Amino acid sequence: MSDKIEKVSIIISKGSLEGVYPGLIMANGARMEGIDVNLFFTFFGLDSVIKKRMDHLKVATVGNPAMHIPTLLGGLPGMSALATKMMMKEMDKLDIPPVSEFIEMIHDTGAGLYACKATVDMFHLKEEDFTENLDGIITVGEFYEMSHGGEIIFT
Amino acid sequence: MATATLAGITVERDDEGYLKNPNDWTEEMAPELAKEMGIDTLTDEHWKVIRFMRQDFQEKGQVPTIRRMKVAGGIPVKDLYNLFPKGPAKKAAYIAGLGKPHGCI
Repeated sequence: MSDKIEKVSIIISKGSLEGVYPGLIMANGARMEGIDVNLFFTFFGLDSVIKKRMDHLKVATVGNPAMHIPTLLGGLPGMSALATKMMMKEMDKLDIPPVSEFIEMIHDTGAGLYACKATVDMFHLKEEDFTENLDGIITVGEFYEMSHGGEIIFT
Repeated sequence: MATATLAGITVERDDEGYLKNPNDWTEEMAPELAKEMGIDTLTDEHWKVIRFMRQDFQEKGQVPTIRRMKVAGGIPVKDLYNLFPKGPAKKAAYIAGLGKPHGCI
């Protein structure tokens, strides 16, 4: 067996900003190390590849104890938008791009980007709703076939 | 850490082979460093990347990220991966005589 990871499949299942970025950063980072990558977007994670939504993801300020603000305050209008703005600003300093640019970058590294068919059907989405950087809409079975021989990471 | 002779000049290198001091680097060393990374010939496109990295490092004091090479250097991500397969940021920094990149992007 090789002493190095050669292939990863990363599943992005959440649609909040903090739910999407870790998977994208790990995918991009893996490609930078020469690791083969497939990204699989499922449930609300699909928002990160839907054209109209990908650049409007928000940080969850309610039900997120790590935000260190009281839940009631987090629920005030504009709190999520404010937290999102602040986080995006900090990420920009580290050269972490907005979602649409990041998705394009990751696609350009040669990674495969796929949407979960069950979710696409459930939300009544069409192919034209997605970014042109999406490589396809696939079933869970196809995902497992594709992931053969690599590690699977669920986020 | 070890010393090595590259293009007739003695330089210090770290455990992974990166030049310890970017100022030791000369353009003549690049082809030798590239061979160590499995790149036999440095084309004009490779040089565009190397020169941008050197210049940006001089100005900013850190090895540019892939995103910076794309946005500020105008070098498409696809090209970077074609020119420096399996690890463009690290390989290009290695050949350009810069330290190992520390960013995650």
